[in-house]
Amino acid sequence: MTTTGENDPRLEKYRRMQRIRQFEAKAEAIHAAGEIPGALHTYAGMEASGVGACIALRDDDYMVGTHRSHGHPIAKGAKLRPLMAELLGKVTGICKGKGGSMHLSDFSMGSLGETSIVGSGGPVAAGAALGAKLQGLDRVALCFFGDGASSEGAIHEGMNLAAVWSLPAIFVCENNRFGMSTPTDKAVAGANVADRAHGYGIPGVIVDGQDVDAVEAAVREAVDRARAGKGPTLIETKTYRYGDHAVNMGRELTPRGPEHDDWVARDPITIYRKRLVEAGVADADLDAIDSAIADEVADALQFARDSDYPVFAEAFDHVFVDRLPIPADVSAHA
Amino acid sequence: MARVTYLEAIHQAQKEEMARDKSVFIMGEDVRCNVFGTTTGFVDQFGEERVRDTPISENGFIGAAGGAAMVGMRPIVDATISSFLFPAMDQICSIIAKSRYIYGGQARLPLVIRSCLFYGNSNAAQHSDRPYSMFMNMPGLKIIAPSNASDMKGLLKAAIRSDDPVLSFEDSTCWMAKGEVSDDVDHVIPLGKGDIKREGSDLTIIGVAGGVNVALNAAKKLAEEGISAEVIDPRTLVPLDRELILQSVRKTGRAICVDPAHMTCSAASEIAATIVEHAFDALRGPVVRVTTPDTHLPFSPHIEKPLYPSVERIVDAARRIIGAERAVPA
Ligand SMILES: Cc1ncc(C[n+]2csc(CCOP(=O)(O)OP(=O)(O)O)c2C)c(N)n1
Ligand SMILES: [Mg+2]
Repeated sequence: MTTTGENDPRLEKYRRMQRIRQFEAKAEAIHAAGEIPGALHTYAGMEASGVGACIALRDDDYMVGTHRSHGHPIAKGAKLRPLMAELLGKVTGICKGKGGSMHLSDFSMGSLGETSIVGSGGPVAAGAALGAKLQGLDRVALCFFGDGASSEGAIHEGMNLAAVWSLPAIFVCENNRFGMSTPTDKAVAGANVADRAHGYGIPGVIVDGQDVDAVEAAVREAVDRARAGKGPTLIETKTYRYGDHAVNMGRELTPRGPEHDDWVARDPITIYRKRLVEAGVADADLDAIDSAIADEVADALQFARDSDYPVFAEAFDHVFVDRLPIPADVSAHA
Repeated sequence: MARVTYLEAIHQAQKEEMARDKSVFIMGEDVRCNVFGTTTGFVDQFGEERVRDTPISENGFIGAAGGAAMVGMRPIVDATISSFLFPAMDQICSIIAKSRYIYGGQARLPLVIRSCLFYGNSNAAQHSDRPYSMFMNMPGLKIIAPSNASDMKGLLKAAIRSDDPVLSFEDSTCWMAKGEVSDDVDHVIPLGKGDIKREGSDLTIIGVAGGVNVALNAAKKLAEEGISAEVIDPRTLVPLDRELILQSVRKTGRAICVDPAHMTCSAASEIAATIVEHAFDALRGPVVRVTTPDTHLPFSPHIEKPLYPSVERIVDAARRIIGAERAVPA
């Protein structure tokens, strides 16, 4: 197939990876300039993992992610404006300015949270899969977690529950070789996180996390299996993050070995672009996508900058369904 | 109306709400075999999908209840003994309490986490906790702690119907106590509404959970001495009916807070602070807490029983507050 139409699914994968890359490049730059408060954990280098996984899902399928939260929603199809506005702490942000960089979760895209407590998404994904099953819907729930998170009990409990109840869940361990400063082989017993699947009696799959097609194929198989009522799958995407644990921290946390350059040389977007061109997609069409996305990012940033900060009462909303009152002694000085 | 036990009230509330609403389901360890009698006949009536035995995996299945709630179900988790909530602090505090807030209102978490306060019966320190105040310090969780069968049923039904997460702390010292309970399916007691369990004029005793019943017995004893005690049961700890408590204290000018939890940062502490902060002008004596001291609960009944709030300790406290005032020369 050599079509390059707007809806060519191959181009959509390229578009989403490119969108993540450019969105984050902009975010990192304005974070360095002090425009974004808090920490910024970038996903650069891991785009094929998120996009390959999410492209295999339907819009109404569920997804739970992590503190490294920029890639997942964009991979699932979220619009950029509310995400950028969230990074700037604006009321038009996807979480109304209450979540920030670690929690870019767009529920309208099936997200059920990007949770910054490492490993805590496991039970949530199992529960969403249970909910879908009880409601007689054929939706699946996908849980992204890190290599570091694989050591958390919550991940184990989520997988065990999903396996013992044969729930339509997919657990995707994005093994980017480090948890903060700690290399995976110093924290994770056994060669691969995916090997743990055998302990649950479910398939465990290792996939090249820099190859978006390979990730998509693995997740599609897991999704088919889940929809058919055959239970969960554990997939480990072997990937790499280019940036430090979080950017602009003033000090490098992650020790870099000689393999750093090898990983950067296997850039997921470059690999995929080359594949598309070899398959007949015109370079000019891909360049056009790149520049359209640059416009999207610029538009998102402008939107974010033009937006208001939340009013103080927002700090008291969404604790419960009914908004809490602002205590008088606090409001007097807010 | 029928006279039923507190446990039967739980059974009725769950059964009626599960019959009423298909999105309600129950899960927990060994719920099918019905250890405490709160799920009698459930598997037959509702089927195994809606009455789920879980692995011994509190963080897993309590978190899963959060996930199921986020996609439109209304789970009831039977976590059995409240001490077993500790392995699930992660999911309760980081996911269930915060998801609605952190995602700016995108999430809704209608779920109930039930557990009992299993103290006073030689179960030793690891099984005897009364941990509600730990959760009172975590915004985003509503908390009920009923002291009798009718309140238990009405509050649990409200909890199941609530769109917010609710922790239900069920006091095992109340389990077998019978009370008149409505059989109206809509016998729902609104969360956040306290109740005056006994009217009085000299002193307010605010009881928490089973502490209410101890307070009522103390009030009878005090009446024999000519001291008229009002007994208030907040029933819900979050939201707390502060206004009802303050109204009573403004009337009586004296307050004792009775709470079977450990003293420091107990519900009693929060109630006492509220009184001192907002009804200071009305006070005619110190606000006193009658709680469990800050030691662990031992196995041997000889040294366990005296640790809890008792009629004697409350009566002593009442005499002390009133006596102290009377000792001041006019
Ligand atoms: C329960 C918990 N413990 C520790 C942390 C601090 N922390 C944040 S991210 C992180 C590393 C996580 O590593 P991994 O799961 O591999 O994800 P990655 O950052 O590599 O994407 C740590 C230790 C946390 N947020 N939550
Ligand atoms: Mg990692």
